[in-house]
Parts: sequence; C-alpha cells; structure tokens
Amino acid sequence: MNNIFTNNIKKIEFDALIVGGGGSGMRASLELAKSGLKTAVVSKVFPTRSHTVSAQGGITCAIASADPNDDWRWHMYDTVKGADFIGDQDAIEYLCSEGPKAVFELEHMGLPFSRFENGRIYQRPFGGQSKDFGKGGQAARTCAAADRTGHALLHTLYQNNVKEGTNFLNEWFAVDLVKNSKDEVTGVIAFSIENGEVAYLKAQATVLATGGAGRIYASTTNALINTGDGLAMALRAGFPAQDMEMWQFHPTGIYGAGSLVTEGCRGEGGFLINKDGERFMERYAPNVKDLAGRDVVARSMVLEILEGRGCGENNDHIYLKLDHLGAEVLNSKLPGICELSRTFAHVDPVYEPIPVVPTCHYMMGGTPTNISGQAFSRINDQDYLIPGLFSAGEAACVSVHGANRLGGNSLLDLVVFGRATGKHIQSELKSGGGVESATKSDIDNSLERLNKLNESSNGFDPADVKKELQECMQNYFGVFRRGEFMQKGLDQLNELKEKVDNLHLKDKSDAFNTSRVEAIELQNLFEVAESTAVSAFKRTESRGAHARDDYPDRDDENWLCHTIYDPITKEVSKRGVNFEPNKVEAFPPKVRTY
Amino acid sequence: MFGNKLQVNLYRYNPEEDKFPYMKKYVIEKPKRDIMILDLLHLLKEEDQSISYRRSCREGVCGSDGMNINGKNGLACITPISSVVKRNKIELRPLPGLPVIRDLVVDMTEFYAQYEKIKPFLQNETTAPEQERLQSPEERDKLDGLYECILCACCSTSCPSFWWNPDKFVGPAALLQAYRFLADSRDLKTEERLEALSDPFSVYRCHGIMNCVNVCPKGLNPNKAIGEIKSMLHKNKKDIIVTDGV
Repeated sequence: MNNIFTNNIKKIEFDALIVGGGGSGMRASLELAKSGLKTAVVSKVFPTRSHTVSAQGGITCAIASADPNDDWRWHMYDTVKGADFIGDQDAIEYLCSEGPKAVFELEHMGLPFSRFENGRIYQRPFGGQSKDFGKGGQAARTCAAADRTGHALLHTLYQNNVKEGTNFLNEWFAVDLVKNSKDEVTGVIAFSIENGEVAYLKAQATVLATGGAGRIYASTTNALINTGDGLAMALRAGFPAQDMEMWQFHPTGIYGAGSLVTEGCRGEGGFLINKDGERFMERYAPNVKDLAGRDVVARSMVLEILEGRGCGENNDHIYLKLDHLGAEVLNSKLPGICELSRTFAHVDPVYEPIPVVPTCHYMMGGTPTNISGQAFSRINDQDYLIPGLFSAGEAACVSVHGANRLGGNSLLDLVVFGRATGKHIQSELKSGGGVESATKSDIDNSLERLNKLNESSNGFDPADVKKELQECMQNYFGVFRRGEFMQKGLDQLNELKEKVDNLHLKDKSDAFNTSRVEAIELQNLFEVAESTAVSAFKRTESRGAHARDDYPDRDDENWLCHTIYDPITKEVSKRGVNFEPNKVEAFPPKVRTY
Repeated sequence: MFGNKLQVNLYRYNPEEDKFPYMKKYVIEKPKRDIMILDLLHLLKEEDQSISYRRSCREGVCGSDGMNINGKNGLACITPISSVVKRNKIELRPLPGLPVIRDLVVDMTEFYAQYEKIKPFLQNETTAPEQERLQSPEERDKLDGLYECILCACCSTSCPSFWWNPDKFVGPAALLQAYRFLADSRDLKTEERLEALSDPFSVYRCHGIMNCVNVCPKGLNPNKAIGEIKSMLHKNKKDIIVTDGV
C-alpha cells in the first residue's frame, strides 16, 4: 500500500452504508435491506465477532411477562433516575415505549430467549429496576437468553441479514469520513484488511455504528476491537461529541482479566462481600443493596478497598458470592459465568466466590443524535443536523443513558435506535433526500492519514504509545477523579499527541496487515481519550459515573446539562437536557438514592 | 535446556514475501504466571509487528482466534499455556484445511458458505402475534447445546470429511446450526430443511470420527446433532414411502 491517490482507488456506491456490524449496525441494515435500498455493512471483523456478542444478562424492556402489570413508564422512570437526570426524556420515552415492539420482533426473528412456564420470555431482576415509579419494590424486567443474550441477539440479527441479502464488506476497515465542500458526509475511505485494497465507499447515508471505546483504559471488559473508530472519524471530521466524561465502570469485572461478570448474578440473588465476609452494600444502599445503580455499587466497592477491607493478599478486590444459589440455578441461569470464572479466575462459583473489581465497561457519551439517529453539530448553541451522517448504539449519544446506564438498557438502545435509524433513512432517501458528491480534493483529504502512516520511516512504536495512553486514562480518569490529577493527565495527553501523530508503521505489507489496523485504532483511541479528559476536567460536579473528590456533590444549578466537546477548539460547551416527553409528564430531578 | 525459556514455533506465511510457508522459532522468557495463548501471541507481536492473527473478545465468545495449538484446534484466548506446553515448546499453526491468507489467518469463505447454505434463520411465515410466539421451557431446552455455537470453525477444520469435501459436506458447525432450527418448535420448514440435506454428501459424509466433539471450545456436540438429523432424515424417508404406497 504505497502512496494512494484518489485517481487510482475504486469507488463503490451505495444508498446507505453502515459502519460497524454489531447489534445497532445490523438492526439498521436489516431495516434497510428489507426496504430494497442498496445497503452495505462495512465491518472490521466478521459481524458475529462484534462486541455485542459479549453482552450477557439481557435486554431490559417492559414486555409484561414476569409481571403482567409492568408498564413502560416505570422503566422510563428508572432510566431517567439511573441517568442521574441528564438523559433526554424524549429519547428515553421512545426507548421504553417502542422497546416491546423491538423485542417481540427479535423473538419473531428467532432469538432463543429463555422461557417461563407459561411460554413467555423469561425476565430477571437487574439493578436500578423498580415498579410503580420507585414505590413498588424491585422489578424483574430484563429479558434473557440464559446469560448469553448478546450472543443470541447478534447471531439472530446476522442470520436475518443473511436472509434479507444484506451486502457485507467483512474485514474492511473504515479509516475516515469523506465530506464535501458543504460539510455533508458522502461516505468513507476504507481498505480491505485481507488484501490492502483501498476504496471510496460512497453513500447517501452513512451510519456510524462502531460501538464503544473501552480500550482507552488499561482495564476494561471491552473486546480488543472496541477502539471508538466511528466516533473518532466524526471528531476528526470536526463534528462534536457529547457527554464524553461519562464512562461506566461495571462493578464486576474479573480481577486481573477484566472479563465481564453479568449483573444478572446479583439479579439472581448473588451479592458482594468484603474481606470480613460482610455484605457491605447493605450500608451504602439499604433498600436495594447489591442492585443499586452500577455507579453506586462501583464506588462503594472502591471505598471498601481504599478503607482496607478489600479481599486477597493485597486487599485490592471484592468477592462476588454465588455458591448459596446452588449448582442447579448456576448451571441453568448462569452457565456462561461459570465457564468464564473457571477459565479466567480459576474458581468454580458453585463452591467459591469470584474475585471482582470495578472495570471500565461502557461509553455513555458519543456522537450526538436525535431519536432518528441523525447526527448533529452545534452552531451558535443550536443543534444543526449533519446531512448524510447518522449514528446508533454505543457510538451514539441520543442520550438515553445520561450519566449512568442501567444494566440491560444497552441492548435495548441498540435495537430500538438501530431500527429507528434504518426507518428514518429509508423514508428520507425514498422522498428524494441525499447529499451532493465529493470532489477529488475532498477525497484526497480523507486519504491523508492513511498515506502518512504508510510513508512513515521512523517514529514511535504503536504498542508502547498505546500502553502509555491506557495507563494515563486509568490513573487519572478512573472511578474517582480530582482536578489536580486530571490536569496531570491532560498534560500527559498533550505529550502523547505528538507521538500519536508520528507513529512508525514498520510493516507496510498489504495482506492482512493487523499492524496497520492497530496503528489507526490507536489514533482513534487517542481522539476518544482526549475528548473524555477535556470533558471530565470541565464538569465540576459529581453526577452518575462522573465522581470527583474535589466536587463531591451534584450541582443542578450549573450542570443539569450535557457537555458538548468541540474537537477543533478543544473546548467544552453546555447543551440543555430534554425535559419534554410527548406522552407523559417529565420526571423532575430529585435526590438519587437506592 | 529451556528451563526459563519457552520456545514457540510459529507458522509464518506472507504471500507478498514468501514463496512457501515456514515455521519460525521464537524463544522468550517463560511468563511468570500462566497466560493464555493469545497473550503469548501479543508478546510475540510486540517484538515482531509482522505477525498476523485474528482476535476480538479475548474471552471465548466471539470465535475469532481459532487455531491449531500443538496439533489440536482451539481458541487461543481461553487456552492456558500450561494446558498445552510440552517440553517447554508450543507450536502454533492456522486451522487446517482452509487456504491461508497470512500467518494464522485462514480464508473462511467456504466455511461461511456452508453456514449460509443451511438457511440459518428461523422460518415461520404464519402471521406473528403482537407479542412473542410462545415456547415452553421444555421446547426451549432443546436448543441448549446448539445455539451457543460461535462459528470459530475449530470443529469443521478438524474434520477429515470436511477437508475432503469442503464444498459438498456441510460440516459439523453448519450441521449443528441446521439442527438448531430443526429442533426449534417455532420453525415450520422441517420438511424443506431435511430435503435440502438428503443428498449423499451434505450430512452423510459424516462418519462419526468425533474430532468435532473433541475440539469444540464451547463443549458442544455436533456429532450428536448430526445423529439427530440422520434419524429425522431416516424417519422422513419412511414417511414418504408409506405415503407413496397409499
């Protein structure tokens, strides 16, 4: 892959192009493929290798199976509260009210949900769930396929895309967006990982469905491929990111390995203990204990460890106790967890507790979109829709998760908004919408980064730089944050910027060159990390997953708002939260306790 | 002789540089704790950027990193070194029987083609109810041990029948999925599915060698599923004869 010029690359045209073959991407593509529009999914891995496959516990939705009186408004209340009141209420309303339709569709497609005796879909309790707007006790609202719900969901979506004849460009890597002179998005530059062929994938609608970027941290539950490629492409194109300081640390990542242990373990009756065997969540969340919001549980665990009550030789982790549930429950309801703990923690949960520690899990922020998946930028403090650009799933910030996502809401998010995005694009394109073509120099701009890497004859080693970046984020932007430490982190990121811009790609070959992929992924991680750091430093309060030692309280007067990070000026501005749902009264902010 | 060292023999092939594939020897300090084969590959790649392999979830659920480890197919990310090392040596090769793109990366086109051939999606053209289709826990239990397949290809690429007829024999992975839909109470195309498998190759090239069961990293049993399909085919055939007789 020598210097590449626009004149000698192939152009492939589509109506709609989905970047990313995970849950949201394949839900969008399914909608579009059925409509007859020429649709393609470009994915850097074979679609069933996408990170949706790792989701375990389930998809939260008021389908009224465990409780025939369940109500989507209760789910909405929980989600608004879980988000610590900066989730947009119009979007949350859409998520919760459309959810049942989207879940039943998945079942009709063949998703092998677990079942209750009456034949309906099995639902289990998850954290932050309540009946009757918090007044009716714990709800069981998370629809599950054992503890392999993500796997079942992703494979079902892939299977149905095969059925509908979706075009897949598998193991193609999207490098950068192509913009025309009017700042409209007209597709992406991508290359085939298999043979290095570079192409301009032109589309009337480009959907970023590239998932999260948990790999900005040294310790994460995320797959190695979660490098925020789509969000980084949008940032490089000058488009903003929203709420990037909001990263969820999952309470139960396996100590040392980082693999996820589903919240469903606690939903089924498991609980956390410290080194004295004390069920400490009774002190922090007296009502719902281990099923408080993830941010609350994660912070409680870190406090236990900091106060010397952690488990193990170094008092640096917590135990998740499951043995009292018995072998039968564990093997039928949580078989995947038993397998994972035997492999990665060398313990059998039937007999021993699992060593766990809060681990980076989910990016609540992302490319801001409306409920139709249309991405927008901010001009003069107004939302301005970006023609041709869409986003859905973890890559997007619609924002239904606000400052803290509830367990089981990510799978619902990706099917509901993947579907909505597909539907919107279909109606937009069928009514004649679209974008103007890009010129040669527009395309040249998007080839710049790839060419620079291919020409590098010296510079920094990507593997070293990646480690530095991940350590920096882990040290200064973790579960607890403080201004002075974050300043150190920002300084270090400034130094890293120089290195990230001058990576040395030693291997220039074309055939399945994973070094090239990893170098570009590192640059993507940096974009996401920088936006996270700047936004976190700016928000001088504690809310949801963003907990600051130096500003321990929530500050509704100043910060009941989204943050918008501008990648060009590297400044953060505020954007109002939507408090105008259509079918119900808005839920006003109140003190958040569990 | 290799007290503190670990010798890794790695299959190398870069089509742009190498006429033929070859085994390259890497000698590294033995890791202090037991790590997975995938971690070992990361260590090697830090030293030699040109090594190529697939990986994603690193916890055994995505199926990217199937490879041949000391002669047996498995997933690199959930195979601890200690479970495979022999006299301080580990040999890593690509999955056998498929064309090699580079190093440990194989071309899985034929494998996926067989998967698509069995129509791996629920077929039920009756009008869907407003809610979910009902399924009893007992009916749902029949899908356990089938739907969990991660398409890593460890089984099919360890199967001599698949090596011999990768275009005609569906192979254990796709047959497991064929049975997953045959066993689903919600799927209504049983006859058509069986008909499509009734030729001498699709199913009947399975001779019960059992390599598939031996290597499946998820502990699944394609051989059993194939047996079920065979008995359904058998039963189906008899039914047809009886009907013909009438």
